[in-house]
Amino acid sequence: MAGGIGSGPGKSARTYAGFGVPLILPAWLVIGIFLVVPIGIMLVYSFLTKEFRGGVIWEFSLAAYDQFFFDRGLFGDDPPEIEWTYILIFWRSIWQAGLATLLSLLIGFPTAWFIATRPAATRTIWLFLITVPYWVNLLIRTISMKFLIRDNGPLNTWLLDAGIISDPIHVVNTWVAVQLGLFYSYLPFMVLPIYAAVERYNFALSEAAADLYASRFVTLTQVIIPVVKPGIIAGCILVFVPSLGSFLAPDLLGGAKNFMIGSLIDEQFKGAAGNWPFGAAAAMILLSMVLLVLIFYARSQAKGEAR
Amino acid sequence: MAQSQGAVAVDIDDVTKLYGNFTALSAVSLAIHDNEFFTLLGPSGCGKTTLLRCIAGFEDISQGAIRLYGDNIADLPPNHRPVNTVFQQYALFPHMDVTRNVMFGLLRLGRSEAEARARAGEVLELVRLSEFANRMPAQLSGGQQQRVALARALAPNPKVLLLDEPLSALDLKLRQAVRLELQQLQHETGITFIFVTHDQEEALTMSDRIAVISDGKVQQVGSARDIYEEPDNKFVADFIGETNLIDVSVAEIAGDKALCTLPGGTRFTCPAARGAHSGQGHLSVRPERVSLADPAGALLTGTVTRLIYLGTDMHVDMRLSDGESITARVQNSSQTTIPAMGDTVGLDFEEGAARLLVD
Ligand SMILES: Nc1ncnc2c1ncn2[C@@H]1O[C@H](COP(=O)(O)OP(=O)(O)O)[C@@H](O)[C@H]1O
Ligand SMILES: [Mg+2]
Repeated sequence: MAGGIGSGPGKSARTYAGFGVPLILPAWLVIGIFLVVPIGIMLVYSFLTKEFRGGVIWEFSLAAYDQFFFDRGLFGDDPPEIEWTYILIFWRSIWQAGLATLLSLLIGFPTAWFIATRPAATRTIWLFLITVPYWVNLLIRTISMKFLIRDNGPLNTWLLDAGIISDPIHVVNTWVAVQLGLFYSYLPFMVLPIYAAVERYNFALSEAAADLYASRFVTLTQVIIPVVKPGIIAGCILVFVPSLGSFLAPDLLGGAKNFMIGSLIDEQFKGAAGNWPFGAAAAMILLSMVLLVLIFYARSQAKGEAR
Repeated sequence: MAQSQGAVAVDIDDVTKLYGNFTALSAVSLAIHDNEFFTLLGPSGCGKTTLLRCIAGFEDISQGAIRLYGDNIADLPPNHRPVNTVFQQYALFPHMDVTRNVMFGLLRLGRSEAEARARAGEVLELVRLSEFANRMPAQLSGGQQQRVALARALAPNPKVLLLDEPLSALDLKLRQAVRLELQQLQHETGITFIFVTHDQEEALTMSDRIAVISDGKVQQVGSARDIYEEPDNKFVADFIGETNLIDVSVAEIAGDKALCTLPGGTRFTCPAARGAHSGQGHLSVRPERVSLADPAGALLTGTVTRLIYLGTDMHVDMRLSDGESITARVQNSSQTTIPAMGDTVGLDFEEGAARLLVD
């Protein structure tokens, strides 16, 4: 009889499809509830009108974006002028995050290389040591950093005692302090993916390069770095993205003159002085920038695979 | 074929390599001639790769000298040695296409992009890979990757090419085809090949000369024929092909002949390897050189313990009077009578078929 037990592939295909939807559902729910909905709320809020004691009035408005980019307002009587304050804060965030990424790469790559080339047993210990400080709360680590670098902190005391400097170096409340904070906060995110890539690296490739007359430098730049590049790019993204939105390091170490996007957004949601639509708009602009970086990465990956 | 009087390309002079207190190579001396297909043959772990890596410069030697056409290269880093290597797992650069892989060494030697590209095209033609010039290594089969590795190592036209078991990752059919290609390539290019393998058949069919290595020591150097027909010691006789080792007592060595007593008491004179001594010793007799005969008047008598049918041949395993076993390989033809299990048979071999070994 047609349609009997085990009659053809049609039935089993339907069975699998039937099981498929309920099994995937939780994943969709999680992505929906924790990713799409919050971003959607933020997007909507960025186009609403601000309420003076915090919160929003449900009235469509471009005011938040207008305030971000333009002085005097795009819709006023006078010709609009670019408002540089927030763009400058964004620009500062970008170069601070970029510099922190570069610094982490310069320190993180040799560190990752060192760990990956240790005997298997000691490797675990090194990895453990790298992650230990990160079990301490970021706030506490950032404050500790401030204690280390302040005018009468251990760093200055030591340099003074050693006679290397005659006056304490003022680091706190400068961009350098912010940089140190960012670098220190996110270094492991650079080390770990590069470590993973170097650990998979086939050292016979370095021997092959040397066999084909390559110097150590050429071997590094033309063989090792291109081969472990996915790890390097992953590390750079993992450092750059959180650095860009970071507010603890700039707040605690940089002071008012070293404001970054994270702090700007943070302020908009605090107390009566806040401006929720403006905060949401700044967050959306930050998000678009991060997305641009990720799209750039995805495209470079795709190009690499296609070759 | 290379002549033994040709110039010495690689002179390995008393080389010892220690890893901690483990001796990987022990006083190895070899003179590899110009334009020779030279094979290092030995079981896994005997030190073949180590020796090759010492020549390439990836390992420092603990003692001795390595000379390339007279120049001591033992202290040069690998990128300053005019030798190239075909690695066992190929080690192709995964981020470069086939042409770029082949161009790599040429560019490092200061050739222009155009020159390097032209030469890469030439070499790829030589290994019949032209149509794959733009593929990435991951898009090639094992055999094709192996030929890229070969092309990459040949492109700079090295004085000596080192090949570390380059065929071991290929399947049997391909391996046999590539053997011939490699041999042909060596003749065409005139480059000295030092080829590493643990496969005796590979060594016997391809090489001008073979060095048999065991436990970090050179056991014997010679042509395939020398090594098979005139093994010096038990290890070589046993490792190359199949052989019977017969316990004998040696009364006397006179020149290159030995006078011995076979199990059962028959006196027998046969060639002796250099360094063989009187007392207890072993004769090596290849199974195909043992013939079955009437027990009366034969050199040895034995009882048939096993018969193995091999198509064209038959393996007859027998037990001698002293309890040792011996194998004869007899042709399946109408002339030969194949004994039955448990039969007592006589065994004969010519004087020249036996050889007294150094233990
Ligand atoms: N880096 C090393 N450290 C210690 N021992 C090694 C090292 N490399 C090789 N050996 C040892 O040296 C011996 C020879 O190895 P190798 O040359 O690779 O043998 P093969 O003849 O199989 O190529 C082996 O016993 C191996 O364990
Ligand atoms: Mg080996």
